Amino acid sequence: MLPFLLRRILIALPTILLISLFVFAMQKLLPGDPLLVLAGEERDPEMLALLREKYRLNDPIWRQYLAWIGNALQGDLGISLRTNQPVTELMLQKLPVTIQLAIMSMIFALVIGIPAGILSAVKKGTVTDYVANIIALSGLSIPNFWLGIMLILLVSVKWQLLPASGYVPLSEGAWESIRTMLMPSFVLGTALAATLMRHTRSSMLSVLSADYVRTARAKGLAERVVILKHALRNALTPIVTLSALLFGELVAGAVLTEQIFTIPGFGKLVVDAVFNRDYAVVQGIVLVTAVGFIFMNLFADAMYFVLNPRLRGQ
Amino acid sequence: MSYLKTAMITALLGATALGATPGYAKDLRIGLQSDADVLDPDQSRTFVGRIVYASLCDKLVDITPDLEIIPQLATSWTSSDDGTEITMTLREGVVFHDGTPFNAAAVAANIERSQTMEESRRKSELSSIAGTEVTGEYEIKLLLEGPDATLMAQLADRAGMMVSPTAAAAAGADFGLNPVCSGPFSFTERVAQDKIVLTKFDDYWNADAINFDSVTFLPIPDTTVRLANLQSGDIDMLERLAATDLAQAEADASIVVDRAVSLGYQGITFNINNGERGDNPWGNDRRLRQALSYAIDREALNQVVFEGAFAPGNQPFPSSSPWYNSDLPVEGQDLEKARALLAEAGFPDGLDLEVQVPNSTVPLAVMQVVQAMAGQAGINISLTSKEFATLLSDQSAGNYQASQIGWSGRIDPDGNNHQFVTTNGGINDSKFSNARMDELMDAARVGTTVEERKALYDEAIEIMLDDLNRVFLYHVTWIWAYSDNMKGFTPYPDGMIRLEGVTWEE
Repeated sequence: MLPFLLRRILIALPTILLISLFVFAMQKLLPGDPLLVLAGEERDPEMLALLREKYRLNDPIWRQYLAWIGNALQGDLGISLRTNQPVTELMLQKLPVTIQLAIMSMIFALVIGIPAGILSAVKKGTVTDYVANIIALSGLSIPNFWLGIMLILLVSVKWQLLPASGYVPLSEGAWESIRTMLMPSFVLGTALAATLMRHTRSSMLSVLSADYVRTARAKGLAERVVILKHALRNALTPIVTLSALLFGELVAGAVLTEQIFTIPGFGKLVVDAVFNRDYAVVQGIVLVTAVGFIFMNLFADAMYFVLNPRLRGQ
Repeated sequence: MSYLKTAMITALLGATALGATPGYAKDLRIGLQSDADVLDPDQSRTFVGRIVYASLCDKLVDITPDLEIIPQLATSWTSSDDGTEITMTLREGVVFHDGTPFNAAAVAANIERSQTMEESRRKSELSSIAGTEVTGEYEIKLLLEGPDATLMAQLADRAGMMVSPTAAAAAGADFGLNPVCSGPFSFTERVAQDKIVLTKFDDYWNADAINFDSVTFLPIPDTTVRLANLQSGDIDMLERLAATDLAQAEADASIVVDRAVSLGYQGITFNINNGERGDNPWGNDRRLRQALSYAIDREALNQVVFEGAFAPGNQPFPSSSPWYNSDLPVEGQDLEKARALLAEAGFPDGLDLEVQVPNSTVPLAVMQVVQAMAGQAGINISLTSKEFATLLSDQSAGNYQASQIGWSGRIDPDGNNHQFVTTNGGINDSKFSNARMDELMDAARVGTTVEERKALYDEAIEIMLDDLNRVFLYHVTWIWAYSDNMKGFTPYPDGMIRLEGVTWEE
């Protein structure tokens, strides 16, 4: 297992480098001059020249890139053009927020999605199956921002049960923190639950028609044991990959949900940074996100070993 | 589905109701439309940043809602007869948040910082100051290059904000990470895109007028969510309520809505002579621009896009401004005149106009209404929507025919005009040039009395409305909504939230 993972990590490195190069180039290709916005409404020429100098925008692009990647390798991702805060500090502020949101959303997604998928596979063709499918389809179709606003209006404005938006760090009270995150993670979680449910269903269906399941039934095992022990365990492998990727997406930022609930996470940071052409921040986030994604993939691979004993020998 | 989710969340959250705490106002929570940029008055450039400064940093002078200059840290000032020296007497007993005393030396250090710090964005605002002379512990002389009628207004904004010289010297350009000023509240904490927390400064010179222990600014970009936060009591006040949410807010008995017409304007800027693209019928013939202006029903525009909440406009300042030329009021739509002007200019069958517009909802809605109105006169407008940074660089490079753009506005009328209409104006993206206009603008800049300056601006506006390198459309109205527990808030045309004298009554 270990050599396999090491090999995967080595393959990941050039991927990360390529991604950083790509993002760097893409940003420079964007039309418009961010400094015209940054220099202030008067667009003072002296200020413009100074900012170009300060952020090395007069250098050839390859040199700008080398300077950036050189610093990045030493852990310095530069400073935000907009707020002068170091990018690493900005991200360290956001990362716990986003991870908390991602974990809570994932819990919603898993707790709802997987049982619903199993149920609808086992009861294939019955009313239960159809209802579950319709619910899943709605979950996929209802836009997050709409559901978010509806929840705010109902739960916060009308019933005054939960804070409408904002964020309280875990360190300032776990309960308050979870309360502020309930609605956004529910919104995100239900959408993901729908995806998970449909994948669990199809995966379960294919496993349920496999020979060993028939054998298991034939030898008189209880249906519950057949489903949970024999079928589910085999059906889970693709679900694990999917969950890991979905989690990666959550960490990369749930832009709309963060915007609606004013959660200061990665998504909001990157969107604001793109609009403000805050080069250093965009580059830093993309780099970190790419690393995160690759890590999640590795995690999924590692999970295969846990779930599938046959792989362990390899 | 939504019913199901509702039922589920009810079940889930029912138990948490007990944990909900009602908002109490010792900590005032204010919802902002966006996050502030760097919190250094010398480097900052955003509107929301200035809202934070109104609680954090005192200025040498302040304004009244009618734009008169009044004392803040400077208690009085006199100008020498030739207008080249301003002597200021400073408030005694003022200290910065770090304990550094405020005095003439501090003012001198602040002006020097604004003028010389590399990253300072205040250089042009204070360019008329040649030097300072400390003439006493609490008296300072500003030595000017020449008379400058706009200077006091500059000192009523960021250029006049006093930061602690000790903290500024220690932090350099990083001052914004931990700003130290002398305002009613001191800086406590900032989490980007989340909150800025300020705590009451007990040694504030006017501390008795401050009735909040702390104030927290929360950027909440979505207007619907901002209002929902106010209605649920999660925030106590919000700035820039969307005009479309006005009815909902006014219908809520526990919410008070206040407004003030802003100092800025929105309009269409034409390329008159900025590169090759200025050489087109619209840039060459003012009659076409006049025709467009006549084709627009500004009141209808205001009704359709802003529910009538904003102020229709035809000049660089709103009609509520003391500088407005009341001989030239906003006129209604006059399609006949518009068509006649088009015919006179040689386009009896109408012609095309390409307008670039920022790709956000409001500018697009405004221009779509203008497009429909202009169409009635035979002007066929095509809209090119661009992301703001792109729009600005195309505009400054002359790569446009007409551009929907505005200006946030300045206290002094000079700020809304000089740099846009004088031949060498820094942001004269039209490359408009008119010798008489240059004379008037320069004269108004150094004029000593209000009457004298008003006469100059009146004439300048006549020329502006004839030449129309900028066709003015409307003026934004600042709309604040706040809990009815909050008393004593005064709306100002600069859009700031001043907390002096504001109280909270449960």
